[in-house]
Amino acid sequence: MSSSAQTQQPGHFHHFEPEQAYAASKFGMWLFLATELLLFGGLFCAYAVFYNRNHELFAEGSKWLDWRFGAFNTVVLLFSSFTMVRAVDSAQRGDNKKVVGWLNLTIICAAIFMVVKFFEYKAKIEHGLFPPPNIYFGLYFTMTALHGFHVLVGIGLLQWVKSLAKKGMYSTTYYTPVEVSGLYWHLVDLIWIYLFPLLYLIH
Amino acid sequence: MLQWIHDNLISRMPVQASEWAARVDWLNDFITYISAFCTIAITAVMIYFMWRYRRKSETQQTEYITHNALLETVWTVIPTIVCIFVFWYGFEVYHEQRTPPANAEEILVEGYQWGWNFEYSTGKKGSGELVVPLGKATRLVMRSKDVTHSFFIPSMRVKEDVLASAYSYLWFTPIKTGEFPIFCTEYCGLSHSGMLAKLKVVEPEVFQDFINERSAEDLPPAELGKKLFTQKGCIGCHSVDGSAKVCPSLYQIFGHEVEFADGTKLVGDENYLEESILNPNAKIVKGYPPNLMQSYKGQLEDKELAGLIAYIKSLK
Amino acid sequence: MGAYAQGSGEQLNYINCEKGFWSWWMTIDHKRLGLMYLVSILTFFVIGGVAALLVRAELYSHGKTLYNADTYNIIFSLHGIIMIFLFIVPGIPATLGNFLLPLMVGAKDVAFPKLNRLSFWIYVLGAAVAFCALFLRVDTGWTFYTPYSIQNRWGVITMTLAAFILGFSSILTGLNFLVTIHKMRAPGMTWNRLPLFVWALYSASILQVVATPVIGITLLLLILENVMGVGVFNPAMGGDPVLFQHFFWFYSHPVVYIMILPAFGVINEIIPVFARKPIFGYRAMVIASVGIAAVSFMVWGHHMFVAGMSNNTRYIFSFITFFVAVPTAVKVFNWVGTLYKGSISWDSPMLYALSFVFLFLIAGTTGIHLATLATDAHYHDTYFVVAHFHYTIQGGAVIGLYAGLHYWFPLMFGRMYNEKLAKIAWLILFIGFNGTFLPQFLLGMEGMPRRYYDYPVEFEPLHKISSIFAFFNGLGYVLVLVNLIHGAFKGKKCERNPWGSLSLEWQTPQFPPAHDNWETIPVVTDWGYSYNKPAGYDDHAQHSASKGGSTHV
Repeated sequence: MSSSAQTQQPGHFHHFEPEQAYAASKFGMWLFLATELLLFGGLFCAYAVFYNRNHELFAEGSKWLDWRFGAFNTVVLLFSSFTMVRAVDSAQRGDNKKVVGWLNLTIICAAIFMVVKFFEYKAKIEHGLFPPPNIYFGLYFTMTALHGFHVLVGIGLLQWVKSLAKKGMYSTTYYTPVEVSGLYWHLVDLIWIYLFPLLYLIH
Repeated sequence: MLQWIHDNLISRMPVQASEWAARVDWLNDFITYISAFCTIAITAVMIYFMWRYRRKSETQQTEYITHNALLETVWTVIPTIVCIFVFWYGFEVYHEQRTPPANAEEILVEGYQWGWNFEYSTGKKGSGELVVPLGKATRLVMRSKDVTHSFFIPSMRVKEDVLASAYSYLWFTPIKTGEFPIFCTEYCGLSHSGMLAKLKVVEPEVFQDFINERSAEDLPPAELGKKLFTQKGCIGCHSVDGSAKVCPSLYQIFGHEVEFADGTKLVGDENYLEESILNPNAKIVKGYPPNLMQSYKGQLEDKELAGLIAYIKSLK
Repeated sequence: MGAYAQGSGEQLNYINCEKGFWSWWMTIDHKRLGLMYLVSILTFFVIGGVAALLVRAELYSHGKTLYNADTYNIIFSLHGIIMIFLFIVPGIPATLGNFLLPLMVGAKDVAFPKLNRLSFWIYVLGAAVAFCALFLRVDTGWTFYTPYSIQNRWGVITMTLAAFILGFSSILTGLNFLVTIHKMRAPGMTWNRLPLFVWALYSASILQVVATPVIGITLLLLILENVMGVGVFNPAMGGDPVLFQHFFWFYSHPVVYIMILPAFGVINEIIPVFARKPIFGYRAMVIASVGIAAVSFMVWGHHMFVAGMSNNTRYIFSFITFFVAVPTAVKVFNWVGTLYKGSISWDSPMLYALSFVFLFLIAGTTGIHLATLATDAHYHDTYFVVAHFHYTIQGGAVIGLYAGLHYWFPLMFGRMYNEKLAKIAWLILFIGFNGTFLPQFLLGMEGMPRRYYDYPVEFEPLHKISSIFAFFNGLGYVLVLVNLIHGAFKGKKCERNPWGSLSLEWQTPQFPPAHDNWETIPVVTDWGYSYNKPAGYDDHAQHSASKGGSTHV
């Protein structure tokens, strides 16, 4: 085991070769993403079943959503995926300062997303749409809240990844946390890309 | 002797009261015999090997055999063929079970916590006892008032869940007269096992008379009440001899003091009995939870209500 | 716990290298985690077993025997929930799997040791929440069918939350195992040489990762239906209780293969060692394991034949279900084939393994009655099903777990249990188990429904027999546990590898293994089934399409 590669790794990988650890981490994250797809998949499946049985209910419900907020949030998340890619790239070059910068932008985008969500939810509550009066709103709240929860977890995750960059941890031979959390973040974005048209645009 | 083994250890299926029961039982026996044969044969070989090749010394040599393509192929193909045959026969019989004839007699079934209501094609209502004609197809159209139940008639070999969200159906043609048990077979709460009913198969003419008759027969009130007490399913939750069931026993409830959950008391009288049948949640006996009993408002003719009250009064 | 090195020259192994509660709670050593899981799941096994005996005691006679219907409904629900979510689903993977996987592939630990520890902590959290739910009323059965389970009751909400949490433990363990098997194998440990127990864990881990999230979302939706109302499962809001069943069984069918595939793997390891012969049909076993895992995703509807699905859907699910039977039959033939011309020891691990074969024959063949549509219409939700799944789960997975515990006991503790007591306990257990559940097949034929507090008096004789034998079943387990627990602490110290296994986990430098298993990662040159292999024998000439470049001893 080469010691120079090792000193750049966090302690708990002392059992394993650096390449082995990197490959393992990436594979592990892909498996985790598969579980996320199945988790949300159940909700999409329920959506499909009830949309099929009652188009009008969904079209009617969708009118209560402001597509402009949804579109804005979509752009925000897409942009955050871009900033995430830049962060990974910077980490691969060992430029820890830039990593911090790009991650900050990503986190700000995520925060903006959550703020918009907050206002959307507030409006729904004021319109008496919570607790959900029907299946469309039941699904709306469940799907967006679960997604929002994942955004919040993502913010926490990226803060931690950023803290490692502040300590100068990343280099051309070690950038696993950034890459792996990037994968997570792209999935969070991807799920929203599906949620937006299904919830906001179907009327 | 072999018949005894079959009837007691191999197949304890109930009486074959429907047209296809014999075929279902034949298939069941076929599967059981093949399964028993394979289980016994393979176990016997296993035990034989265990004994024949038991370890006699630490240095005993064994043969290094890792596989045998021919053997493995044979014992993969044969089970596959058996499985396909069993599936096919099961599918054929079942397909028939799911395809009711167009001219079947239709009866509506309503499941609720915890009993069964029936409505015949003439509008006649019943509960607790389902009457059907011998030799003719009957189709049950079923719905639940609350949670998911399931309607099972073992002697007819049919079962189907009863849902609150949609109608479900099953059908059968009885080939024997008599009374046969009906069970609820989807767990539905407190009195799931008390939700019993009876299937009564009668001659077609008797069935026609039954569904056309509207009023209660000319029986003395208490006798009418006793008949209704079983028919309407009261016996499922209330005992008449003082033994404990999910709801208060009605033995000696008339003329004796009853204490309620809110601490009040009264002596059981006709009004109390009538109120308990039509508005059961008005007074809850101490020690029992509320919301157990359904109301029978609208389900009893005046004569029937009076009959039940008379019967309960007689339980001393 | 155990003996600690006192500087007397006793080697430091994974048990005595560190002392104290904190060293165990904070450990990332897969072996210690495996042991802690073992203690946890066996505790819940005992609690679930007590619930079972309470159920059988009440059912001893017609009418009220000991307590009322409401209590009965709670007890049978807890029996199922505890046994499934807290005992048998973590089951072999969390205990034997955790302990053995890195040893069997020649690694120092799993791919993500800290994640492994997190899995355990999540399990403990889930167990704690389940414990809280015991004090609230849970009477829905372990299946939580709607609408009965969405009446907004705190017991149901808490217990579904516990199951939801426990699901994460399962997912992370499966994920960890998959990455370990793919990325952490020692040099020379090719896929063709992988022990069958590892193949079994691999298949089960795929199921854990892919299926468990579905029960996760199902339980989450159930909680939300209760606290806020979603509508998807609620008929009053236009929802569909049958959709709940689809979601529920999409996981709950694969989960039974999570339970049984590792048990198959245990049997695959024991029989070669105790017959001193290679496993017969290794390749077929691998294909069967992975095949069963794949097909298991396509058959969930066989739990719902009478639930109101369309007729065509029923036909399709029945047809596919039969395809699960064939690979399982192949495995049984291979086990018996391994015995042929072997040198068979009758030690207790082998007794468990061979009784597994018998019990699983009954389990599997009664599955045919249930897969067949015309007979399932009669059997669904009767005691026939109860007997079938107790044969598969207890006669299969639980017996597999105990077989493995008896087999790997020396490796885990460096001591032996009492072999005579082990045999006696096994016999009592075997007789008790069969006596409890064989009558239940007959009860099912007669039409006795399941989850019934009371039953018509005609069913009483068979119930009496079943209840009496249930207590022997319980006694058997008590004796087994007493034997194993006593052996772990006070058993006779044994020499390394007392069974003479060639498998890699028994070849560690220290016995029991040291904290990090291997000082240097071993280089593997042969598979672990080479008993009495003739010199110069080329395994790969026998199999077509081999992975090239292997050398032999």
